[in-house]
Amino acid sequence: MSVSQTINGGLRRVPAWTIYIVGAVYAVWEFWRALNQIGPYLVEPINVLERAYGEIALILLVAGLMVTPLRKWTGVNLIKFRRAIGVTAFFFVLAHFLVFAILDVQSVSRVWTEIVKRPYVTVGMASFLMLIPLAVTSNNLSVRKLGAATWRKMHKLTYPAAILGAIHYLWLVKGFQLEPIIYILVIVGLIATRYVSSERRQQSA
Amino acid sequence: MAYRWINTLTKDDITPKAAYLNRRQILAGTVGLGAIGLAGGASAQDALEPNTLEEITSYNNFYEFGTGKGDPAANAHKLQTSPWSIKVDGMVDNPGEYALDDLLAGLTVEDRLYRFRCVEAWSMVIPWNGIELADILNKVGVQSGAKYVAFETAVQPENMIGVQRRVLDFPYVEGLRLDEAMHPLTIMATGIYDEPLYNQNGAPIRLVVPWKYGFKSIKSIVGIRLTDTQPPISWNVANPREYGFYSNVNPTVDHPRWSQASERRIGGGLFASRQDTLMFNGYPEVASLYEGQDLTVDI
Repeated sequence: MSVSQTINGGLRRVPAWTIYIVGAVYAVWEFWRALNQIGPYLVEPINVLERAYGEIALILLVAGLMVTPLRKWTGVNLIKFRRAIGVTAFFFVLAHFLVFAILDVQSVSRVWTEIVKRPYVTVGMASFLMLIPLAVTSNNLSVRKLGAATWRKMHKLTYPAAILGAIHYLWLVKGFQLEPIIYILVIVGLIATRYVSSERRQQSA
Repeated sequence: MAYRWINTLTKDDITPKAAYLNRRQILAGTVGLGAIGLAGGASAQDALEPNTLEEITSYNNFYEFGTGKGDPAANAHKLQTSPWSIKVDGMVDNPGEYALDDLLAGLTVEDRLYRFRCVEAWSMVIPWNGIELADILNKVGVQSGAKYVAFETAVQPENMIGVQRRVLDFPYVEGLRLDEAMHPLTIMATGIYDEPLYNQNGAPIRLVVPWKYGFKSIKSIVGIRLTDTQPPISWNVANPREYGFYSNVNPTVDHPRWSQASERRIGGGLFASRQDTLMFNGYPEVASLYEGQDLTVDI
């Protein structure tokens, strides 16, 4: 039995809802640390919590995009977790937005001003809006109602949403910083693999 | 020209060390009295309550040591601060490479409790110990015709992770117009809470210009130059659209990334409310420096 088959066999016993549990525990854990100003939250918990939720959202979007290439290249099959990964990513984007709106800028008019006036907030908001219909339709009923083809097409919105999320991060940092650039390169790379390999399939067909 | 700044705050206004070290515990113990605290808050809003030493020394921007707010505290111990000398040159009567102690010998270290406003829209209140920059400049002798003062931060590439990563075009440089530099509010700080500056706060000596955004208050200074032309400043070089030479705290002029109308005082925890930012960060006495200038243009 190959390594990937062993891994797949092990994963078969792990239910997909574990992702939601781990995500929720992590979100509450970070909030609790921020509330009690522990560790990185010692001095300025609001900004640090905002960043923590934003960054985990970006990581989960990357993880969701990795499922297909990972299966193609290594045979490890995480497809049954993908919906949970995506929906959890959405919840962290939502949490990130709520910390921004309620704890950071603290008023509806300021939220609006920030969205309109600051391009990095505008693209972040656009990414958030794109993820809403995806989160709402992440259930079997929606797949049936929309039809698999339409549903799949619609869920390609994750690509621009992930790219905009990374641009949001890049735009927000000051000076030359490596981390947001790495996110952009990884996301663009993961999306590109899909188109490169589908072209190749078309050529050979 | 410049008058002597009268410090109305005395040592008694500075929180005793035992109290500021314990403030967290004290706060924890008085949560039940929160309602009383809130009721008294409005009237006490203008009384400056200094941030704790812990807050001041663990939440910093010092990009030579990394871009995270905790990075300077984690990495700045590598900064070599002894021996330390400052090269004074340009339009001065007594140029030279001064050992820090020689440059400051005979000058008075004063206590200055100042608001400190970062361009990122957070702020602190810091009890500095420092020397008026004017005293230092008068000591080295400013020649007539000098219009600006340029400052430079130390570069120790092997000790500075941010320099290795080229976050900015180092060395970090800053500058002031001569009248700003000679203003009695402008100091060269050597300590906080009567302790020598921590490395992450810009040891052994840094500029403090309380009516300007924090990045103007350049840290760990190794060079002071008097010139007749406006010197380059690092953030303006990195992003001219976003950072101007003056960078006075001004709630009516937004920065492209951050609204400058309000700020969050560090130390309020997860539910800290924002407060309005004051023109010149609450130091209206500097307004006369800018008479005839349009501060929406000269940002």
